[in-house]
Amino acid sequence: MSDAPIAVAMSGGVDSSTVAAILHAEGIPIVGLTMQLWNQRRLAGAPGMGESRTGRCCSLDDVHDARRVAERLGIPYYVVNYEERFERDVVRTFVDQYLAGRTPIPCSLCNTAVKFDQLLITARQIGAEKVATGHYARVRVNSDTGVYELWRGVDEGKDQTFFLWGLTQEQLSRAVFPLGEMRKPAVRARATELGLAVADKPDSNEICFVPGNDYAAFLKAYAAEQGMPLPDTSGELVTGDGRSLGSHGGIHRFTVGQRKGLGLATQPGGGGTALYVINIDAATRQVRVGEEAELHARELTGSDCHWISGEPAGAAVRVEARIRNRHVPAPAWAEPLAGRRLRVCFDEPQRAVTPGQSVVLYQGEKVLGGAWIDSRA
Amino acid sequence: MAVASMVRAYFDNNANTPVLPEILEDMLPALQGAVGNASSIHQLGQAAKAAVEQARAAVAELIGASPTEVVFTSGGTESDNLAIRGVVGEWRRRNASAPLPHLITSKIEHHAVLNVFEDLERAGYPVTYLPVNDGGRVGPAELAAALRPDTALISVMMANNETGVVQPVEELGAIARAAKVAFHVDAVQAVGRTPVRVKEIGSDLLSLSGHKIHASMGIGALYVGRRTQLRAQQLGGHHERDRRAGTENVPGIMSLGAAAKLAQANGAAEAARLAELRDRMEAGLVAAIPDCGVVGAGQPRVANTSNMYFDGIEGEALVIALDLHGFCVSTGAACSSGAIEPSHVLLAMGMSRRRARSCLRFSLGRQNTADEVERLLQTLPGLVERLRRLAPADASALVRSA
Repeated sequence: MSDAPIAVAMSGGVDSSTVAAILHAEGIPIVGLTMQLWNQRRLAGAPGMGESRTGRCCSLDDVHDARRVAERLGIPYYVVNYEERFERDVVRTFVDQYLAGRTPIPCSLCNTAVKFDQLLITARQIGAEKVATGHYARVRVNSDTGVYELWRGVDEGKDQTFFLWGLTQEQLSRAVFPLGEMRKPAVRARATELGLAVADKPDSNEICFVPGNDYAAFLKAYAAEQGMPLPDTSGELVTGDGRSLGSHGGIHRFTVGQRKGLGLATQPGGGGTALYVINIDAATRQVRVGEEAELHARELTGSDCHWISGEPAGAAVRVEARIRNRHVPAPAWAEPLAGRRLRVCFDEPQRAVTPGQSVVLYQGEKVLGGAWIDSRA
Repeated sequence: MAVASMVRAYFDNNANTPVLPEILEDMLPALQGAVGNASSIHQLGQAAKAAVEQARAAVAELIGASPTEVVFTSGGTESDNLAIRGVVGEWRRRNASAPLPHLITSKIEHHAVLNVFEDLERAGYPVTYLPVNDGGRVGPAELAAALRPDTALISVMMANNETGVVQPVEELGAIARAAKVAFHVDAVQAVGRTPVRVKEIGSDLLSLSGHKIHASMGIGALYVGRRTQLRAQQLGGHHERDRRAGTENVPGIMSLGAAAKLAQANGAAEAARLAELRDRMEAGLVAAIPDCGVVGAGQPRVANTSNMYFDGIEGEALVIALDLHGFCVSTGAACSSGAIEPSHVLLAMGMSRRRARSCLRFSLGRQNTADEVERLLQTLPGLVERLRRLAPADASALVRSA
């Protein structure tokens, strides 16, 4: 099926719009698809949620922008509705994770469970064989083994492999990332050159379904909509030696490394040293705080470990491990454990190892895989 | 895949029908300055007035009404709104101190009717939504049982837009008449497709739309029986005998008149031709595709509409696949496509949510040919097979439990 079109996931932003325009300019038949993932009107008007249609995700404006690009290119274009799937696999997990004292990354879940699952299924059902997205990442196939590999985008500042470590061989074999070889300014320049109205549209960095990134307000509004009041996760703020510093309004309001909003500017009687969240214990609802030095950990364990191009043969493998999107990957040993668990030992202690986030393993430009962080060891 | 250059077959005539060349010819002079404002004294105004009245007579003749009983509107939605709100508003004006009256409609109405009743319900009116049987029909016995001494209005559609199933409007009308309750019939999908005679139905109000019968968009009409009390909902000049203010849409009205004449002249022959095409299409698809079937099979249906289920697929994906192969179809009402909820009509018929989401609506029109149907029969089975083969193993989990 050499004349099978490529489906382009079009969000209405500059990156995916440019992908569509580039492929179209190369004469490749394409079909534009916009995923309708969340209805912004659902929680509109609830405290902290803003008024209708002000959110960025799936807003009428974004669909309008994507449609305009498709019209300009003269390509077939459709909006596909995955609201149910998105809510089940991404939003509910997001809520559950916060209530369990973790700090989730919905984008990674969305990539593996929606964008490269449901969207890929629809794309194939309507006759496409591959899905192209505006991700800054590269896919390579090892010509000797036929195994697919995930590589970082050449624009280090925009590289999005941190959110793509969950992709399977099947998903990678059907993924097209035209921006992986480009830098953002070049993408914008290309968008301008191709006459796209979205060329100057600002980047979006917030969680798409949480207006203003106020996730605590989102959790409250969502729980109210579902008719299930948020479980009471309030408890105590404690020091490392178990001293109580007061009470807090719920563990979902905290994330490891957080300094602001603790209700305590400095350590009581302690010469003005700043305090940070060190650990969140969902069972006891205790939020442990301490000085910055205590934030650093040398070791972490993760679960649901995924090796993109196959599990390494030896006991432990030399890697650079990244624990946040903006974290500079740090040299470490990664050791696969039984039950798809993973242990990572850094050469130097790393700041704010956060349960619920991902640890992504690199060797240079290549992504070996990743896991969900469960704890600092 | 040469999408742009592909020959397209349009099987979505319940969403919109193309304006036929002869109808376009009739309305063009009005767009080219040959007529003025129908309220003006001068000759161009008189020409407009004459054209409007000719069209009114043609529409009246098509539905067996008097010309004075035809009110031009902007379309089916406005006709429905005017009928329901107009009757309720007039009832309230005459019974200002009485409690809010009871209203009756059905669960399978178009949203242009359903959303008006839901709005009235929020305003305090008691509303009964009549159920349908698994064939998609309202039962006269259910209507009789729902009547109350304070019932002020009954509104039931004639042909359902999603299934084409024709409601027993004559029997419902007889019940309404015996109870002396105003009876509104939304006949937007029936007029021009099956004989519609307001006196035989016994309706006091009846909605119709231009763009469903090859006239232009933005024109419709409401039949208002001579003795029916209606309160205008749009105020302004004395147009349409004070029942609907606003300058007449003369080109639209002329197109509706032309479409009415065409339907009057050969509607029956056209319906017979479309019934043959539809039967060929349904039989061909059922024979070629396992686990598919016709919704409302065996029920009285308008000739042009076919709603079919294809178990195990998402209708939305099949609509896209068909579009990429040059066929325009719909998952149901165009007004709710893209909506995540399965069709309220199909659910009211007792269909599972999963099957309801697998349904496609094919609606034929005058421009469709036997050749187009044959092309569909050659294309659709392969597409359904591909969709089913690539459907996720846990497809059932994608559908909220019923």
